[in-house]
Amino acid sequence: MHLDDLAEQAATIRARDAETEHEIRVCMAASCQSSGSGQVLDALRAGVEPQTQSCRVKGVGCMGLCSAGPLVAVAAPGDTLNASRLYRDVAPTDAPAILDNLGNPEPIERLHCPTDQPFFTAQHRIVLEHSGRIDPDSLDDAIAVGGYSALVRALTELTPAEVLREVTSSGLRGRGGGGYPTGLKWSTVAKMPGGQKYVVCNADEGDPGAFMDRAVLESDPHRVIEGMAIAGYAVGASKGYVYVRAEYPLAVERLTNAIRKAKRAGFLGSQIADTQFGFEIELRLGAGAFVCGEETALMASIQGLRGQPRPRPPYPAEAGLWGCPTLINNVETFANIAPIVREGGDWFAALGTEGSKGTKVFALAGTIVNTGLIEVPMGTRLAHIIEVIGGGIPGGGRVKAVQTGGPSGGCIPRAHLDTPVDYDSLKGLGTIMGSGGMIVMDERSSMVDVARYFMEFCMTESCGKCVPCRTGTQQMHALLERIAAAEAGRAELALLEELCEVVQATSLCGLGQTAPNPVLSTLRYFRDEYESRLVD
Amino acid sequence: MPGPASQPKVRVVTFRVDDQDLSAREDETLIEVCREHRIPIPSLCYLEGLSAWGGCRLCMVEIVGQPRLAAACSTRVVEGMEVHTDTERLRRYRRTLVELLFAERAHVCSVCVSNGHCELQTLAQRCGVDHMRMPRRAVSYPVDSSHEMFRVDHDRCILCTRCVRVCDEIEGAHTWDVMGRGSDCRVITDMAQPWAESETCTSCGKCVQVCPTGALVKQGTSVGEMVKDQHFLPILARRRHPR
Ligand SMILES: Cc1cc2nc3c(=O)[nH]c(=O)nc-3n(C[C@H](O)[C@H](O)[C@H](O)COP(=O)(O)O)c2cc1C
Ligand code: SF4
Ligand code: SF4
Ligand code: SF4
Ligand code: FES
Ligand code: FES
Repeated sequence: MHLDDLAEQAATIRARDAETEHEIRVCMAASCQSSGSGQVLDALRAGVEPQTQSCRVKGVGCMGLCSAGPLVAVAAPGDTLNASRLYRDVAPTDAPAILDNLGNPEPIERLHCPTDQPFFTAQHRIVLEHSGRIDPDSLDDAIAVGGYSALVRALTELTPAEVLREVTSSGLRGRGGGGYPTGLKWSTVAKMPGGQKYVVCNADEGDPGAFMDRAVLESDPHRVIEGMAIAGYAVGASKGYVYVRAEYPLAVERLTNAIRKAKRAGFLGSQIADTQFGFEIELRLGAGAFVCGEETALMASIQGLRGQPRPRPPYPAEAGLWGCPTLINNVETFANIAPIVREGGDWFAALGTEGSKGTKVFALAGTIVNTGLIEVPMGTRLAHIIEVIGGGIPGGGRVKAVQTGGPSGGCIPRAHLDTPVDYDSLKGLGTIMGSGGMIVMDERSSMVDVARYFMEFCMTESCGKCVPCRTGTQQMHALLERIAAAEAGRAELALLEELCEVVQATSLCGLGQTAPNPVLSTLRYFRDEYESRLVD
Repeated sequence: MPGPASQPKVRVVTFRVDDQDLSAREDETLIEVCREHRIPIPSLCYLEGLSAWGGCRLCMVEIVGQPRLAAACSTRVVEGMEVHTDTERLRRYRRTLVELLFAERAHVCSVCVSNGHCELQTLAQRCGVDHMRMPRRAVSYPVDSSHEMFRVDHDRCILCTRCVRVCDEIEGAHTWDVMGRGSDCRVITDMAQPWAESETCTSCGKCVQVCPTGALVKQGTSVGEMVKDQHFLPILARRRHPR
């Protein structure tokens, strides 16, 4: 297939879609589905009168403002989310009103959710560019918005080295938490000798409160497949695995469907786009252990072994799945690849900050008006995210702290909300970017409780292989319980700090090495909350 | 037979450990070289002849210029590296790790058949663990005495997986494995059946001999009687994989 053929196919689909006057998009991602968007979709489908109304009702992916779901967007075919008319908290009984209102210049006031509010206008969507617009189960929808054009372009017009150069010059860093330069990782795998190599997509997403990767897979699965196939071409791998947790049944279903359709259309399989390059993708379901998101544990799990980390080096790039060179990246990392190949590495590098390029997707949660999924350029100030995009604390309260990085991260106090969100600034504050969980806390939250909550998480999720993590988290949790209950004294607080140091320095994998972070960061900024509970 | 002129495939490197200049083949690990030169590095999961595990973290050392500590059992020697094995910081960490192990399960040495011959006990003495700053985890595990010759007492297990590895890598039976997560991990025989019902165990006793503590012992021994012999292991391992 030529790029021209694909472009023509896309134009044909768009022209066909344009024959319909209205498009009603119902969010069918997990959060809206759980508040009943399935019934809304059914009611709307049943209510359309094909004789008089030129209207297509379709299920789409996450629109971002999950807390207002079920969300329904009324648009002209091809419109972006912000150009559509959005309705919030829609019930099946609202279907007739929405259908009656088609073509009316005035929206239905009681359901209207204006898209000119900052939540929508202040975002910059690259990873989520098609999320909430296209039907994730429709390959045509993906192709209409340019899906697979980056893959076909890479295969027919670029050498693997040129693809590597674009990814390297983009400055993209891994979105799975570590922030390792993606181009460097790809080049390492590409340079490894050997016939069999693998590409792995890490969709384990175990941080409590994080659902960025789930949303991407549920909303635009073809983008991830395309990114993986481009990676396969660049590093010389013919086989890919997506490791996704079984608790994400909808993501699994859509991904399975998308892989099947991509294969049937020739975007996966052998001789893709009439070239010598072939690439297959298989799914592997994880049973939901947090540690299986760690790359070496993940690969053990794919191989059917107990999901337990092993010492690195060797890194997966050198010896990964079955000892072969393996490229492992996060879902969001792969989701950035197609735009980078399409628009060029320099375009991507122009977004964001010196050390952190592009955008980042965050799952905004906690005590905040707008909870949901947002995408902002790197370097956006925390205060902007919380006050402007997130709409601040409900009832006008004050932010006490923002937690990022989940159980591996820390709390940023109000005084530092002016900080730009990028890998290095967050690290300087004693937290991490992490995979994108962002929990906002108001003045009623207790920081000792926050630390205790995350420590309990790490304690129960420790794989048990190494002593400091297995037993250290358990002792630290016990100490935090005692401090929270005002039963501990200075000696116990000192022991807690000592354990933080030992566990951080001696644990085998990232889980243990970062488990003390929530304690250390709350001790750094909110030490008085600990001390005020001591009994001696 | 390759001719005498053939190039060696593995290079030899030189490096420093605690101000001592050493040389080793580049495929050797730090702990192997230190053992050879009698530089003491505490360890519990490492055992010559078995694959490295990296679980006990007692063998952590400092490498100059490297921000993180490294586990000597799973770190290869590198040309020019400078290693410190016995700094004040490392000694403090090791004390804490041993303390954590004691607090995890019920290690009541005075009534243990391995009393006096236990690697955990010896290590505690060497590291200077003389008191406990943390409470013992109040969970108790059952003893499996079903096997006619051996016994497993989970309250004395430190989850070093030596038994798992020796049974898999040397005996080839793979009777042992680990189940569970975190501190609830437990070594199990076959599919968590009583040991006597294991269909894979050949009763060779290797697991008992390599177990560093009183978790795996012979039946019929009384307090302090269980002396273990691990010499067979490096000999067997070398016969199978000559270097
Ligand atoms: C305990 C633990 C859990 C992790 N969980 C995830 C995860 O759920 N998703 C993910 O992409 N990376 C996770 N990681 C990071 C991965 O090990 C790995 O660095 C990442 O998948 C690499 O992809 P990237 O370079 O695209 O970020 C985890 C790491 C640790 C230590
Ligand atoms: S740090 Fe925790 S999760 Fe990682 S290997 Fe050690 S015990 Fe397992
Ligand atoms: S006695 Fe031998 S075969 Fe049986 S469990 Fe122990 S090592 Fe394995
Ligand atoms: S039974 Fe002994 S050898 Fe096996 S894991 Fe426990 S302490 Fe180690
Ligand atoms: S799930 Fe519907 S808007 Fe996010
Ligand atoms: S001997 Fe190295 S971790 Fe146990």
